[in-house]
Amino acid sequence: MLRKIITALVFFALWLLMSGIYKPMIVWLGAASSILAVFVTDRMNRASVRGHMTIKIKPFASVGYWLWLMVEIAKANWAVTKLILTPEMKLNRHMITVPNSQVTDLGATIFANSITLTPGTITVEVEPGVFIVHALDYSSSDMDAMADMDRRVTAIESGVE
Amino acid sequence: MFIAAAIALFISMMLVLARLYAGPTLYDRVLAVNSFGTLTVLFIAILGFLNGRPDFLDIAILYALINFVGTIAILKFFRYRSLGDISQMPPDEGDTL
Amino acid sequence: MTWALVVEIISWILIISGSAFTIIGAIGSLRFPDFWSRLHAASVTESAGMILLIAGMCVHAGLSLVTVKLILIGAFIFLTGPTSTHAVANAALVSGERPESDEEDKKKKGKQVR
Repeated sequence: MLRKIITALVFFALWLLMSGIYKPMIVWLGAASSILAVFVTDRMNRASVRGHMTIKIKPFASVGYWLWLMVEIAKANWAVTKLILTPEMKLNRHMITVPNSQVTDLGATIFANSITLTPGTITVEVEPGVFIVHALDYSSSDMDAMADMDRRVTAIESGVE
Repeated sequence: MFIAAAIALFISMMLVLARLYAGPTLYDRVLAVNSFGTLTVLFIAILGFLNGRPDFLDIAILYALINFVGTIAILKFFRYRSLGDISQMPPDEGDTL
Repeated sequence: MTWALVVEIISWILIISGSAFTIIGAIGSLRFPDFWSRLHAASVTESAGMILLIAGMCVHAGLSLVTVKLILIGAFIFLTGPTSTHAVANAALVSGERPESDEEDKKKKGKQVR
């Protein structure tokens, strides 16, 4: 119940930020629509087979991770930009299998999305324990970079088990 | 400055449209539509600044939401030939999308 | 050198470089030889181009509701962009498209991963 109230409050805050018009009736309509949204989401959660997703992550450590990821994205973008702009494109396309050590679904999702966000590598298939990744310009150091990213994502997971 | 960004986005939209026309596979076209949608979101936002009307950003948010749902819907349709409940679909290919 | 001028120059730099990255991504999606490499070109537009353009517009708008909306758009594309790229790649793999591997052509092994 507390979870639902917090969700409704977050929806209402988001609504206030998006709307920018603060006449009484419009604010009431916003409050009603956020409660309706929570009601509908609750029904959908009960109908789903897998149940709701739990969010277990360290908030402060993940800020550091996002900053690190931004630097990685910048570096990877530069590499792919150079590949696109050279007249003869020296591609070295390769499929690699990357083992992942995350326990929670959210951690695995963050790792897979981070791989896809850095240009040059794309998660193609998710299997238990491994991702299959398509690399645009494969070199032997890529596996080490992937293992490093895997370690960092696992480090921001909390409440394991 | 915003006019330069608008022109650049327009040029990239035309290039992506050329890829959409050239194909050759279905997935190239879905990818091109998805990139075109992302570029459109940015284009609408830039146009809002260009005209001095920040209301355009609401349209951009809506377009971003529809773009994502649309891409997933196209892929789901071509995979299962249906947009309904996955549990009622032929079970040959698993349920991961 | 006033503060407003500094802000203006920063947003200029961010927006112009973001536009450059979107054009580079579009050129890449035209030039690359096969579907699997075009995925990478599209992700240049979606990561670098999008982040730089949104950041430039945020700096220009200053601290207001407009910035909140821009950050919301940016966060949404940041989360859904890789998800839809993965969905396209996964659908192509399931439907039977197999990428060719330059690495194994070099080694002359001829063994396909997966």
